[in-house]
Amino acid sequence: MGTLYEDIVECGGEIFGEEHLATLRECVQCGKCTGGCPSGRNTAFRTRKLMQMALVDMREEIFNAPELWFCSTCYTCYERCPKGVKVTDIIRTIRNLAAKEGHMSVPHRMIGVYVMKTGHAVPLGPAQMELRKAVGLDEMAPTAQKYKDQLEQVQTIFRTTGYDAMIDFDWDTMNLKGMDKGGKK
Amino acid sequence: MSEEEGTKEYAYFLGCITPNRYPGIEAATKRILKEFGIETKEMMGASCCPAPGVFGSFDMHTWLPVAARNLAIAEEMDLEIVVTCNGCYGSLQEADHLLRENPKLKEKTNEILGKFGREFKGTTKVNHSIVVLHDFIGLDRLKEKITKPMNDVNVAVHYGCHFLKPREVRGHGSSETPYILEDLVKVTGAKDVDYKDKLMCCGAGGGNRTADSVQSLEWMRQKLVSAIEVGCDCMVHPCAFCHLQLDRGQEEMNKAFGTDFNFPILFATQFLGLAMGLSEKECGLDIQTTTMPEKLLK
Ligand code: SF4
Ligand code: SF4
Repeated sequence: MGTLYEDIVECGGEIFGEEHLATLRECVQCGKCTGGCPSGRNTAFRTRKLMQMALVDMREEIFNAPELWFCSTCYTCYERCPKGVKVTDIIRTIRNLAAKEGHMSVPHRMIGVYVMKTGHAVPLGPAQMELRKAVGLDEMAPTAQKYKDQLEQVQTIFRTTGYDAMIDFDWDTMNLKGMDKGGKK
Repeated sequence: MSEEEGTKEYAYFLGCITPNRYPGIEAATKRILKEFGIETKEMMGASCCPAPGVFGSFDMHTWLPVAARNLAIAEEMDLEIVVTCNGCYGSLQEADHLLRENPKLKEKTNEILGKFGREFKGTTKVNHSIVVLHDFIGLDRLKEKITKPMNDVNVAVHYGCHFLKPREVRGHGSSETPYILEDLVKVTGAKDVDYKDKLMCCGAGGGNRTADSVQSLEWMRQKLVSAIEVGCDCMVHPCAFCHLQLDRGQEEMNKAFGTDFNFPILFATQFLGLAMGLSEKECGLDIQTTTMPEKLLK
């Protein structure tokens, strides 16, 4: 583990290229990102402050603040930053690092559960099959939810990358570990 | 682009919300494209895109191969992709872009896909349905099919975020002065009305809705109020995920805030569908939360 900045560049760099994340260094704390942020208008989340905290290595403070999850990834800051800081991708990378260290809420973990169980974050149920028929469509589209072998391919990806372990997924119950015993917080 | 230059068949990447919550979007899109001789083919075994702001926020190393698998399905069909959700557009187009740019990333991703005999090659293209309408079919041909002009209807256009941004990946020009949806609205005879929070996010993305739904509904409330204040009759947008927030979210918002909103929300092809003479039922507008006023149906 290096500084938070180093970890951001390394983790996000594999996907976006290191220069993309290294734009964080260019931040001059002008506040334009905060100014246009729909979250900043409604919550305690402050984009400029987050960039500063990341640069001065306030890892625990960032990871433990619920505000980290109040960015909708709208890319307004990303497009408007006068210094070309790739703000939204930096935020997504910080969240990846936080999730890896266990800072992930149960509702957020559950999204992964749905995908591992059905192939879809928003699965199809009996009521929606009726809606499909009402507009003249087949009751089930031929997606991963319909075909077991296709779903298994999606599950293979989650196993290979270790996403299952990251969210404490239990393949026996097809749910988060401990959820059958009253759940976890 | 002329009709001859492009594809007449697309692999329709459905994602989750379109087929599993708002099949009206799927039905209206298929019906309209068919009107112009475009066939949409099903993508057998396609999964969640997976959501760019959600899985991209949790683990990009899982997000990427899942998206790549979906792209590979379309490649096997030898077709370009069409989508009806900005989330799907965001994920698939971004993944395609990243994998084409970075051979090492592609190799690593294909190691995973190889476990079940698939491969990302970089031979498909991800198109948004509104771009197919605007650029491939074109405004002139759309205009010819408008049988029920929306002459006295004031429309608030909502883009959602991942259709326009990041610009370097999307390629639809300025994210501050967009024009594609406006053109599609105006071709029906309706008025495209500017409003204060036009470019504001619906509030749902990036796991924000899951993190704190009431807080995320407040963003939407502000957006709707700013459209209603200037006399808009409805909102037209290109994103199934925004549709979930803007439509179903109004019911949740009314409960949470004690309000009484019923502001009509239409996906672009549902709005065009009505203007082209499709019924409310054919567009699935009778099976959603917000209801359509007479003005839109006559
Ligand atoms: S707009 Fe860019 S330079 Fe200004 S504070 Fe935000 S990230 Fe830093
Ligand atoms: S991407 Fe996130 S931080 Fe940037 S403006 Fe949008 S909500 Fe705010």
